[in-house]
Amino acid sequence: MAADAAVVGAPSRSRAARPGGLALGLATGYLSVVVLLPLAALVWASRGQGPAEFWQQATAPEAVAALKLTLGLAAACAFVNAVAGTAIAWVLVRDRFRGKGLVDAVIDLPFALPTIVAGLTLLALYGPGGPFGLDVAFTRIGTLFALLFVTLPFVVRAVQPVLLELDVEMEQAAASLGAGSFEVFRRIVFPNLLPAILSGVALAFARAVGEFGAVVLISGNIPFKTEVSSVYIFGQLQSGNTSGAAAVSVVLLVISLGVLLGIGGVRRWRTRYDRV
Amino acid sequence: MGIAVVDVSKHFNGFTALHDVSVAIPEGSLTALLGPSGSGKSTLLRVIAGLEEPDSGQVLIGDQDVTDTPARTRGVGMVFQHYAAFKHMTVYDNVAFGLAIRKRPRAEISKRVHELLELVQLGGLAKRYPAQLSGGQRQRMALARALAVEPSVLLLDEPFGALDARVRQELRAWLRRLHEEVHVTTIIVTHDQEEAMEVAGQIVVLNDGRVEQVGSPRELYERPANEFVMSFVGPVNRLGDTFVRPHDVEVLHEPEGDGSAEAMVERVVHLGFEVRVELVREDGQHLTAQLTQEQAELLELERGQIVYVRPSRATTFSAAARRPDRQRSG
Amino acid sequence: MSRYLLRFGALGYLAFLLLVPVGFVFYRAFEHGFAHAWAAVTTPEAIHALELTLLIAAIAVPANTVFGIVMALALVRGRFAGRGLLNAAVDLPLALSPVIVGLALVLLYGRGGWLGGLAGHGVRILFAVPGMVLATMFVSLPFVVREVVPVLREIGTEQEQAAETLGAHPFQVFRRITLPAIRWAVAYGVVLTTARAIGEFGAVSAVSGNIEGQTQTLPLYVKAQVDGFDTAGAYASSVVLALIAIATVVALRVIQPKEH
Repeated sequence: MAADAAVVGAPSRSRAARPGGLALGLATGYLSVVVLLPLAALVWASRGQGPAEFWQQATAPEAVAALKLTLGLAAACAFVNAVAGTAIAWVLVRDRFRGKGLVDAVIDLPFALPTIVAGLTLLALYGPGGPFGLDVAFTRIGTLFALLFVTLPFVVRAVQPVLLELDVEMEQAAASLGAGSFEVFRRIVFPNLLPAILSGVALAFARAVGEFGAVVLISGNIPFKTEVSSVYIFGQLQSGNTSGAAAVSVVLLVISLGVLLGIGGVRRWRTRYDRV
Repeated sequence: MGIAVVDVSKHFNGFTALHDVSVAIPEGSLTALLGPSGSGKSTLLRVIAGLEEPDSGQVLIGDQDVTDTPARTRGVGMVFQHYAAFKHMTVYDNVAFGLAIRKRPRAEISKRVHELLELVQLGGLAKRYPAQLSGGQRQRMALARALAVEPSVLLLDEPFGALDARVRQELRAWLRRLHEEVHVTTIIVTHDQEEAMEVAGQIVVLNDGRVEQVGSPRELYERPANEFVMSFVGPVNRLGDTFVRPHDVEVLHEPEGDGSAEAMVERVVHLGFEVRVELVREDGQHLTAQLTQEQAELLELERGQIVYVRPSRATTFSAAARRPDRQRSG
Repeated sequence: MSRYLLRFGALGYLAFLLLVPVGFVFYRAFEHGFAHAWAAVTTPEAIHALELTLLIAAIAVPANTVFGIVMALALVRGRFAGRGLLNAAVDLPLALSPVIVGLALVLLYGRGGWLGGLAGHGVRILFAVPGMVLATMFVSLPFVVREVVPVLREIGTEQEQAAETLGAHPFQVFRRITLPAIRWAVAYGVVLTTARAIGEFGAVSAVSGNIEGQTQTLPLYVKAQVDGFDTAGAYASSVVLALIAIATVVALRVIQPKEH
């Protein structure tokens, strides 16, 4: 099969399939101007007056408090999503009831709804004067609600296709060997879903760490209590401390990159037997 | 137009797919490129088509050196294993595609397309989409599409590989008849020796990027150049340095002359009109004999029975022609 | 038994977190009647905000669509070093906080930034529409690419090679074979890109200066109304945005089966 595989995979002379050098150059140029150049400017600006200033800005008490809160909330959000998202995906794939299609469609709403609108609706409902008498505005719980809203689809959409493809016969075989339904879930289904759950969790985490619009209304943005990093950075930007904002941004990016790489590593380790 | 491949070599990332391959394809012939997976047959076809550039060597179509000509202007028609049907176009538009690209007048296209659809027995299906056709129909459409622009050469890359066994049989016979009618120089790539033997007038046997033998099906079967060709083209018993075809193994109740050896019947398999007898010789060598229903009945063979076997015809190869240890590159 | 528990648990979670809040926005907007809501959403500032939002989307979405198709082709079929890096770069906007995006743009085009000199030549990027367009392009960049890439991988190159042997030029192959094959993936990506472009808040907020009637998109308008205690205006505009979001979800559902 080697030569045939090589024929399929190796570059062919056929130019009909690839964009020419000019098109590729323009596309890369566009990418550079729109994305890479601003990010480079950000990293450059974070240097400020030197490493000492970087450190000072990055370790300002308010910045550190915001960072701890952000990471903590993102972790909590990721965990809740892992559980709730898997449950929802399960219900959507394995259960049958009227209106299931509608529910499935609704999952995409947080992707499509502007974050500020999400924030407003949560504030209206679960803030002062809300119809349920529940007031979590200006609290960490309220902030968590906002994060849960915007990250809802990630785990669900990651798990759904895997659950659909899951070989039902595996579960049947386990049952025929004496496993009860909880055992089947724990030993057969869950290990197969875990990589997808981790993918969804990684996306949810990344989103939660950076969320701004949904959070800015309900959290009240109280420094040291409900101020998340994105709000802190915004504040520093507005008051002209751009290098400080940049420093904190870089710290936030590095930490979330580290977490994402960690999750990715766990995921690869768990799927090590799936790859040849 | 005839095709000549001269000393063509092709490498992929340190793996050599073709080693100095030279082949002559006579005009108007139906030639098969036969070989196992990895033998380089598809690569050779794609080099002839112009979809791959050889690292060295030449390709000539007619008398013209087309090595540097791109596929687009080579005038080859190609049919792929998985049909490569233009899914979003009707059968009519698929077949008309080459003509539409060449900006032929509408009336001319219509006439030619309908002609071709009749030829491949898809008349009446012009408005359907490929997804609505069976595999065999899709492949016939692909052939019609390739023939529409009157190529000088027709190249088929394992065209029946994705089809059911029965459809494959039908299409093989159909292809032969079509070739007799249309007479375009045709090359078909296949790993199925039965298919090559049935369809082609000339077979090029490839292994590990090299040509093992070129000849008619009969030549290959009766006068194989080496062990590889012999065992690839049909079942064979290897007894030491001798090779014997199962149908050349005589099974007797009494030893007769030199060359008879005692053997025990291990298994008798009835395959309808033929019977396969699995035997083990006195010296421990296993072999298979192929008998007709009649012969088997006369011998009344049973498991455990002692009989005598004698090859009515055996082949040996010189040392150079035995399965050589190929230098694996990369 | 446990099935019903799971079902009601999951549906309850969805209702509590998603459906009730969105439904409530509609309720609050029309609480005092349709006329009241209509008046609140047709003030000059609100109308300008909507127009600006649509204008920005009308620039960013086509740009990212063309970019997306070319980049997807390059990533799947190209053979050049650094493809992995390019792939990661395309995904960057998905991982970045919108505020950081806005900050990066301010640092690039603002005073003291590498391209800060542009302002001196009369080219206003920040606190003006061009900056908002760039911010929107940034955050909505990856969607078309990510939708088209898997489809390109799946369809392979055989159809295109067949077209080539039939005599078609590379551009003819692209127009007649490649493009039709990816059109639904592109459509799906375009819908996602548009939704993101219209709804963007954080990045645009950072670069716009939020000048009412001039550099305020509809999402920024909503925030401004909340800050100014004009709840009617905020809810009414939110309804407009929510309706666009619902249309987006419907469009996605319609396109999705066609992708396969």
